[in-house]
Amino acid sequence: MHDMITLRDLQVQFFAPKKLIRAVNGVNLTVGQGEVVALIGESGSGKSVTLRTIMRLHSERSTRIAGGLEVDGKDVLKMSQRELAALRGDTVAMIFQEPLLALDPVYTVGAQIIEAIRRHKKVSKAEAHRQALSLFEKVRIPSPERRLDAYPHEMSGGMRQRAMIALALSCSPKVLLADEPTTALDATVQIQILLLLRDLQKELGLSIVFVTHDIGAAAEVADRIAVMYAGKIIEQGPAADLLTHPRHPYTLSLLKSRSHGAMQKGQRLETIGGAPPDLSNLPAGCAFAERCKYAVAECSSVQPRDETLSPGHVVSCLRVHQIAQINPVAAAAL
Amino acid sequence: MTDERDIGGPRQPLLQVRDLLKHFPLKGKGLPFASPRSAVRAVDGVNFDILKGETLGVVGESGCGKSTTARVLMQLINQDSGELVFDGETVGSRALPLRQFRRQTQMVFQDSYSSLNPRMTIEDSIAFAPTVHGLPPREAITRARDLLARVGLQPERFAGRYPHELSGGQRQRVNIARALALEPRLVILDEAVSALDKSVEAQVLNLLLDLKQEFGLTYLFISHDLNVVRFISDRVLVMYLGQVVEIGSSDQVFDRPKHPYTRALLKSMPSMDPLQRTMEAPLAGDPPNPINPPGGCRFHTRCAYAQTVCSQRAPTFSSDDAGHGVACLRYEADTASLFAHASSEVSHA
Amino acid sequence: MSTLQATAATPATSAVTPPAYKRSRGHWANVAARIVRNPLAMTAAVILLALIGVAVFAPWIMPADPFATSMFTRLKPIGTPGHVFGTDELGRDLLSRLMLGGRLSLFMGITPVLMAFVIGSGIGIFAGYAGGFINTAIMRTIDVLYAFPSVLLAIALSGALGAGIVNALTSLTIVFIPQIARIAESVTTQVRRSDYVDAARASGASAFTIVRAHVLGNVLGPIFVYSTSLISVSMILASGLSFLGLGVKPPEPEWGLMLNTLRTAIYTQPWVAALPGAFIFITSISFNMLSDGLRSAMEVKQ
Repeated sequence: MHDMITLRDLQVQFFAPKKLIRAVNGVNLTVGQGEVVALIGESGSGKSVTLRTIMRLHSERSTRIAGGLEVDGKDVLKMSQRELAALRGDTVAMIFQEPLLALDPVYTVGAQIIEAIRRHKKVSKAEAHRQALSLFEKVRIPSPERRLDAYPHEMSGGMRQRAMIALALSCSPKVLLADEPTTALDATVQIQILLLLRDLQKELGLSIVFVTHDIGAAAEVADRIAVMYAGKIIEQGPAADLLTHPRHPYTLSLLKSRSHGAMQKGQRLETIGGAPPDLSNLPAGCAFAERCKYAVAECSSVQPRDETLSPGHVVSCLRVHQIAQINPVAAAAL
Repeated sequence: MTDERDIGGPRQPLLQVRDLLKHFPLKGKGLPFASPRSAVRAVDGVNFDILKGETLGVVGESGCGKSTTARVLMQLINQDSGELVFDGETVGSRALPLRQFRRQTQMVFQDSYSSLNPRMTIEDSIAFAPTVHGLPPREAITRARDLLARVGLQPERFAGRYPHELSGGQRQRVNIARALALEPRLVILDEAVSALDKSVEAQVLNLLLDLKQEFGLTYLFISHDLNVVRFISDRVLVMYLGQVVEIGSSDQVFDRPKHPYTRALLKSMPSMDPLQRTMEAPLAGDPPNPINPPGGCRFHTRCAYAQTVCSQRAPTFSSDDAGHGVACLRYEADTASLFAHASSEVSHA
Repeated sequence: MSTLQATAATPATSAVTPPAYKRSRGHWANVAARIVRNPLAMTAAVILLALIGVAVFAPWIMPADPFATSMFTRLKPIGTPGHVFGTDELGRDLLSRLMLGGRLSLFMGITPVLMAFVIGSGIGIFAGYAGGFINTAIMRTIDVLYAFPSVLLAIALSGALGAGIVNALTSLTIVFIPQIARIAESVTTQVRRSDYVDAARASGASAFTIVRAHVLGNVLGPIFVYSTSLISVSMILASGLSFLGLGVKPPEPEWGLMLNTLRTAIYTQPWVAALPGAFIFITSISFNMLSDGLRSAMEVKQ
């Protein structure tokens, strides 16, 4: 049983006038069959770029991709445009943060799903309609028959997101890429969608890559979590393990920045000083070194290598063992 | 910290909101001048007080009316009925004309980019309001630079820049500086940190706390992020479909929520523990449209505790001695007995 | 609170001019930098500058008297010694007439647009900011004028006012006012809705102050760019009016009028007869390219 997605030392660079933006700098990640991996990071961490690279969504002219990228055993980087078109929708599907941008406003959602089905499978219109209906039932849209004839703007936010999930699942993909699908939703709707994704994943055996900046959402759906910073995965591991025993300084601060939990009223939040680095001007050593309170001189000049601390838990930090000694109860604030 | 502008003393609420109503009529089908059939009842009878020196958090989902309420409080939109009383004086009256009220109440918006004029430098944007109220340009610029320094942006580096040259967090600091330029007493923060990265959000929250202490400010903090609201607020107000459903101290509302909607909202927060995940969504469906709210109690269509009376009678808002107020028939003397008491007082874990 | 007041009240501070910190490049400087890198727009700009330069200095640099007729040298072809561009039907040197004619043609192209820009922007910005019923009243009135095709409207107005340059300018201005007013209203309404205008309202500024400080700077740019695209239309309309005898009167040289009088010469000296039209064409295209370049330079979100 091979892994569904394999990223090996993936590098993605964008050409901008007068500079080169290094968005992804050596990402190693595998997603097994039926596994849910969450990519966590802030803006500029490279998580969305990584996701879109899996389907090679970026413009070919201004992007350079290097490294290994395999989906379902096939080399995506070597694919022709036709092979890519077959891959998208059939093997890999994607859902986005804002359904209004992903759904065509001049067609009903039913029409869009039917079109997608008929493009990948040879079925009659009636059969496609039946499949669309059952998809709507699967994503738990109430009154599905009526909703198939609705236009995107006629639906509420949560309903649109469900419709987008239905569209993504219409061609029975094996992999679902989710780019911040719940960020724009209200709390009560967000939890519904997260549970829906979890149930669908179990039922259909999907592999999911879930990009988010919300650690709570990741905890609800992910088997494994990978934390990204400046285009690299600086820590990844099983969800429970990573959240209770974070080892990288960035992960530690990220979890402490959350203002709930042990924070006392009137106390100030612990913050990371400084700002994320300029992706067109990355330092030679660890990109987090200038903001890291555990950094030593070596950190700014030497790139840290991936170190496996326990099965599946990989950290990229030169001082990971020393930090564990300084700060053994790092996760207490959770 | 005594403020020379304080009229009513510490016991008097800084702002009293009384029976605020704002409906947006929907154009009916037909002639342009025909009377509208229905309206979006964005704010439908809202009452609350903001006490001096507190941070009052406001939570609620899409369609609850919190943003419209904020804009009415700022008088950017005029209410259909209801009044605002600022430190004992009615806003818009002779004792407190609108212009004077504006000097004392300011707002920070959610979208940090669109809140700043893209053609003006940062310092000009901040200095604008003081010059409008008569401060000579030189002093206004000096004040603007002072404020920039206060919010953590070095004037030498930032004063001459344009908004597009700043990051989201930096722009939001500028917006805060701009709001403080008139030396207000009340600052309304409408999802002011929602669009920021978590680490930047933490920095800005700390800044807001520092400024509040330094300048003796009162905050109205609107947000959909319950964690942030819990952290920063002294009291919390929960809105649903244009009405206030619960008010109380931060601890009261988060630890012992009374209203079923508040409970559902709190239960919707994702669990941070992958080994103990949420198994069931506390509320089904989407937040409803404020165009035709359900009769009786507006929440009864989605409420786990609803009884027949809930669809017939709208609850009245009432507070207990500890200041914890709720609008729910389960807590009204004559209807309380109709509801089973079994799990009603289990606190949110 | 008290700290801020102390700062404002200290006499020393109020007497000292705060040091000027380095200002970043403003919006227009950025636009200029971008448009300079656009080869098409720069070519157009050079062409226009040359044409305008020639027109301005025409009386001093033209090779011959543009009004000197001669029955012997009628309709000479291009390249005739002494008449590089040939002669027209009355024997006048074409090059000199084209150079001098450029004055009127360019003047009649630019002036109506300039006046319409001022008047139309005023109307549109006022309607856009006022909103509501006032907006509707003003804009629907403007729409009445807008509904007429420009050529027809220009001819009708000119015909009603009578021939002559001033009347032609007036009618062209009136033709362009609705178009500019519509753009102005649309852009102003958008800006009116933005958060920074709300913030300015929230600070207690009067509508006039807000328009001056916040709205103008953000709307005049797009309106101006749209207006420049109207210059070529104006030139062609003016030429058309002269062609019909409603604008410039002979013997004044003007490209449109020259096209008219050289009409019959198409069969004998086609190249000479086409020259005024070619100049109208080149000028129009150059204005359009410059306007396009300006628009793309302004489109970048900065």
